[in-house]
Amino acid sequence: MLYLQLFISFFKIGLFGFGGGLAILSLIQMEVENHGWMSQQEFVDIVAVSQVTPGPIGINCATYVGYTTAGFWGSVLATFAIVLPSLIIMLSICKAYFWLSKRFQGNPYYEQTLRMLRFTVIGLVASAALMLIKPTNFIDATSWIIFAVVALLTILPNFLKNKATEVISHPILLIVLAGIAGYCIYG
Amino acid sequence: MFLQLFWTYFKIGTFTLGGGYAMLPLIQREVVDRKGWIDEEEFLNMIALAQAAPGLIAVNSAIFIGWRVGGWKGVCGAVLGAVLPSFLIILAIAMLFREWKELPAVEAAFKGIRPAVVALIAAPLFKMAKSAKISWLTALIPVIAALLIWLGHVNPVWVILATIVVTLIAVKLLKR
Repeated sequence: MLYLQLFISFFKIGLFGFGGGLAILSLIQMEVENHGWMSQQEFVDIVAVSQVTPGPIGINCATYVGYTTAGFWGSVLATFAIVLPSLIIMLSICKAYFWLSKRFQGNPYYEQTLRMLRFTVIGLVASAALMLIKPTNFIDATSWIIFAVVALLTILPNFLKNKATEVISHPILLIVLAGIAGYCIYG
Repeated sequence: MFLQLFWTYFKIGTFTLGGGYAMLPLIQREVVDRKGWIDEEEFLNMIALAQAAPGLIAVNSAIFIGWRVGGWKGVCGAVLGAVLPSFLIILAIAMLFREWKELPAVEAAFKGIRPAVVALIAAPLFKMAKSAKISWLTALIPVIAALLIWLGHVNPVWVILATIVVTLIAVKLLKR
């Protein structure tokens, strides 16, 4: 039963995960929360781990949730389930590539849907962030200072484009620095 | 071909941090510039398709290139190569993480990391909004979507489906 639930959940995430890594987070969050597979805190921790390890965030979450809920085969199953919709859809696209590119280019239904989905995806990412603003993740005022500093440094290259801002805004560096800060403040 | 694609994607998957988008330039260098498996234009079409289709971008691109280069065997090789590095790394971490987390030093570090992660999720919104050329009117879409999910606990799946259905109806009506 658990295997079936894992499979259905991650198949769904793969099927509706438009717009890449961050957009997929709100889908994963909803699934793991509804099933009680992970606490809020554990979810944030695994996103942090995903940011500093290689590979797509969706695969990382699927493997982790699968393993912690149902062991090794759970992780294999969840990872397979998140990839399966891609396999079905992309292979169909590949097989009909020339037919599709002629029919869909300039098609208003297709282009407008893609455009609107881009807007919706922004909302999905925002909701993923909003759902994580909870006392378990923000334990005191210092948490908000860390949040503000990391947010500012990440946005900085949009205004000031040079080598220094690019280096300082790197997510891995920021997570490592936040970890050191946490160790110094709370340790 | 299976092994070549597997190895190419395995290498890229092992050494790129930051998920699917960060993989694309590396894939381009390896597949277009070095091996010449597909040309520049097809690669750009591939990116557009990999982004438009649901699922993980890295996996989608692996499927497309695997298929063009080596058919079924190519798909298997490229997808396994793209997935296996992160699968193995996370599996190892998952086995150890629950014990590590008991350590006070690790717990203290994570207290600092958690708000940083929320900032890392929130900050790219700025760039996403800019590149989607959002206006005051279209900004209503993400605002409503976020509120529905955040406060209304609506599953994002429904929000995505609603976007698709409403857009198709609107285009149909406007065409008349």
